[in-house]
Amino acid sequence: MTVSSSVGELADEASIDPGVFLPDAGEVQGPKATWRLAARSFRDNRLAVVGTGILVFFFLFCFVGPLIYHTNQISTNIANAYYPPSAKHLLGTDGNGFDELGRIMVGGQAALEIGLFSSFIATVLGTLVGAVAGLLGGVVDAILMRIVDVLLSVPLLFVILIIGDRFSNATVLSLSLIIGSFSWLVSARLVRGEVLSLRERDFIFASRTMGASRHHLIYKHLIPNALGVVIVNITFQVADAINLLAILGFLGYGLQYPQVSWGDMLSGALNYLPDGYWWVVYPVGICLVLVVMACNFVGDALRDTVDVRLRRR
Amino acid sequence: MSVPILEVESLSTEIQLSRSVVHAVGDVSFSIGEGETLGLVGESGCGKSITGLSIMRLLPNGGHITSGAIRLAGRELVKLKEREMRSVRGNEVAMVFQDSMTSLNPTMPIGRQISEQIRRHRSVTKKEALRQAADSLSLVGFPRSDERLGDYPHQFSGGQRQRIMIAIALSCEPKLLIADEPTTALDVTIQAQILGLLDDLKERLGMAVLLVTHDMGVVAGRADRVNVMYAGRIVETAPTVELFRHMHHPYTQALLASIPLLSQDRAERLFSIPGIPPDLTTPPPGCRFAPRCSRATDRCREEEPTLQPTEVDGHLFACWHPVDGPAARIVAPDPGKLATPAPEAPSAPPAGSEGAAAAGSPAPVRPPAARVAAAEPDQGVPLLVIDSAVRAYPVKSGILQRTVATVKAVSDVSFSVERGETFGLVGESGCGKTTLGKLIVGLEKLDAGRVALRGTDISKLSARELRSFRRDLQMMFQDPIASLDPRMRVGAILREPMRVQGVGTAASQRAVITDLLSEVGLPATAIERFPHEFSGGQRQRIGLARALTLNPQVVVADEPVSALDVSIRSQVLNLMKRLQQVHSLTYVVISHDLAVVKYLSDRIGVMYLGKLVEVGSVDDVYRRPVHHYTAGLIATAPEPDPTIEKSKRKVAIKGELPSPINPPSGCRFRTRCPAAQELCAEQEPPMRAFHDGHLAACHFPLQEPMRPADKEAQTASV
Repeated sequence: MTVSSSVGELADEASIDPGVFLPDAGEVQGPKATWRLAARSFRDNRLAVVGTGILVFFFLFCFVGPLIYHTNQISTNIANAYYPPSAKHLLGTDGNGFDELGRIMVGGQAALEIGLFSSFIATVLGTLVGAVAGLLGGVVDAILMRIVDVLLSVPLLFVILIIGDRFSNATVLSLSLIIGSFSWLVSARLVRGEVLSLRERDFIFASRTMGASRHHLIYKHLIPNALGVVIVNITFQVADAINLLAILGFLGYGLQYPQVSWGDMLSGALNYLPDGYWWVVYPVGICLVLVVMACNFVGDALRDTVDVRLRRR
Repeated sequence: MSVPILEVESLSTEIQLSRSVVHAVGDVSFSIGEGETLGLVGESGCGKSITGLSIMRLLPNGGHITSGAIRLAGRELVKLKEREMRSVRGNEVAMVFQDSMTSLNPTMPIGRQISEQIRRHRSVTKKEALRQAADSLSLVGFPRSDERLGDYPHQFSGGQRQRIMIAIALSCEPKLLIADEPTTALDVTIQAQILGLLDDLKERLGMAVLLVTHDMGVVAGRADRVNVMYAGRIVETAPTVELFRHMHHPYTQALLASIPLLSQDRAERLFSIPGIPPDLTTPPPGCRFAPRCSRATDRCREEEPTLQPTEVDGHLFACWHPVDGPAARIVAPDPGKLATPAPEAPSAPPAGSEGAAAAGSPAPVRPPAARVAAAEPDQGVPLLVIDSAVRAYPVKSGILQRTVATVKAVSDVSFSVERGETFGLVGESGCGKTTLGKLIVGLEKLDAGRVALRGTDISKLSARELRSFRRDLQMMFQDPIASLDPRMRVGAILREPMRVQGVGTAASQRAVITDLLSEVGLPATAIERFPHEFSGGQRQRIGLARALTLNPQVVVADEPVSALDVSIRSQVLNLMKRLQQVHSLTYVVISHDLAVVKYLSDRIGVMYLGKLVEVGSVDDVYRRPVHHYTAGLIATAPEPDPTIEKSKRKVAIKGELPSPINPPSGCRFRTRCPAAQELCAEQEPPMRAFHDGHLAACHFPLQEPMRPADKEAQTASV
């Protein structure tokens, strides 16, 4: 009962009868540390664990895999084209004689890099625009949100195709920039909505009665509290970017040869599916689906985990 | 005793969580007869709502009845199949919930919502069902009910929606009505109307009513018998008057003693139950109240008492060391105080003002800080002056967002608050009291008038000047969850004001935080915790501590205890009073709860629809109200005393709050006023003095105004 004794001391200092003091507010019944709670709720979600597992596997597969499984991904050899899976080529070879398994690794690198990088661009841009629009409101909000509305109503694919046509020698960086600069719209809306609701919360008012500046409000309250939505959104955005990249690749606006992404591989291979060359289509297709699905699983679980309000006691 | 309609026998209900089991209701037995109202009272989390839901078999996810029997007119409900239960729900047992906004379907006209319920249980045509729906609407007090059948829920006010809920519940003439906090979300004036309606309907239809509530005042007036629940157990059951007069369980006694009464002496400290209710996933082995009970012995901690009868029929209690009757209203902080007589004479000396109260009590208690601090000269200016404050929100409409109307939230309100004083603001929700509070601390901008602290008009200050001025004007919020940033640790929350204002070094800030935490009765370990790890009362203490970090002069407390349970409420009220004395604070307390405002305040302002209708010392306003609205508010505030409550049968204030967009002409209260005449519609009543510092705006006041000569002297001084 250290508390009541310290209250008692304080009482004496203030020369007030200790009897007047009310008893202490009771023990804090709080559970464990917050991050541990979060980790627990994340672990509880089986799909999340599976999703994380898949993602970890693919990162290792794509970036560590080539160090173990050495293949020639530089020079073509038509003589080797379309070998079925064998001990030498675990997933056979493609039309250029590249080892298919090694090709998936290289293509996966590009897909993951572009997915992460473009979603990073989209998130930073979207959070900034959303927070400014939500907090300032009024004319600024109206203008920014109308821009978002207009951009959202432009068919994204066309724009990217047109741009992709102009800069035909696409690289990982240029594709990330193009995809990123068109997918910040959703996160901008999301963050703006979150900021709008946070702005009216009592703790913001409390902070304002202290005389807090706008800068303080944004950095100490709004961003930390909106961060949950943002983090969740990143995972979905990675998934979307990888999908978009695949579509672009499929339509022939992918990376410049010899660089390759999963979409490019699918596009090249699909013509040969009737010939029975299943190994150039299904493995890469399954990889694509698995990665996108895993991102979505993790996103769903993070949404539950990150949100303190949903957290069980 | 009438035939029991509902018999509940050793009911136990558990709720399975992901990692633990909440033993929500344990071994609860009771019965309700025809035409009887049984009150089920207790604090939140005591299992009273779960008991109600168990009877309906509508438990939340993971909830299940583990043992016991529930018999409705002899028919066992626990073993019924879900399909059979569906024909019981709404038909034989009906339920009214607290939140009428979420309980009604917003996309369906109310006529269809009622008639669907009828058609579900009766084989009648659509037309006939609609006619019956209109009947039940008129039963709950809607004139021309058939015209309103096509209206949607959002077209009704909160009180009206609650009436519609009751109409739906009663449409099939159930044998049992379970009312779960039916009036908690409503204003006192509407609460009185709804409770009166429930009572009236019960008598007319011969139903049994299970009234689940946390409000002792509500059960005092409406229940025939009362069950007191604590931590999933019924700890005491008795006829209402018997329970309030001769309770035996220490919890019942403590619960009643911790409620501030309108007749409460403000100098007295409220009784409060230490600590918080136990966690029902791991209930304590012995008596569940033992950890908070002053009479607890080792036996209480080891062996759980069972309900045992008393000499009075139907009065049972579960306690090893029973008390007898209510606690004395005084909790003695020192022996000398015991001599203070509890009730003050209703006719106090006419001298009015604060002095009268102190002069009236023979054994003076510690003088309120008001008088101590008043000794400090303030250059003759009151600490806080609100002068003709106006705040109106534009209502925009159309594509061009043109302002079509304004919501007159605060219209021409003036009052002043002296240093060390507590000024209370009361009124129904929507009367503008919260907006006024935000105007005072500078969270809202005035449209006209001024708010002056120490003679300086804060609305004229530049942003930089205002920033340092804010140190002296802090706010305590109603919602203990929303007012603390969920992502900050308590240490950071308490440090924030000092960081924002650039006060002190890291070490001195830490010292202030540690001091404040112990002052508000929280362990020092709280610094590292997040807000969600605390209970509501603890969070409110953190909110108070944060308001005090900058050592402000004025703290505006907006409904400081409304979100808290009764036993926790008194802890926070006591804390607020004590800190006021220690820090010589000036409070502006905003609340709809008259007893709370009266307990804390030295002077009171009554607001109605954006206007201040009456202002004066606590004793003047409560004992000699001038305005009909004030008198009505006092009359409708439920008091935890069956004799007082049962004696006030007639509804004091009729109707509902008019729209603040188009307030009534003249006196804004005239539409609901019993004394309204033509003059009231034509002319707005001016503020007149009725006593020293007691002003009110009414054409036909309940008291004689002061003579003009006195009045001039009075207005000059104000």
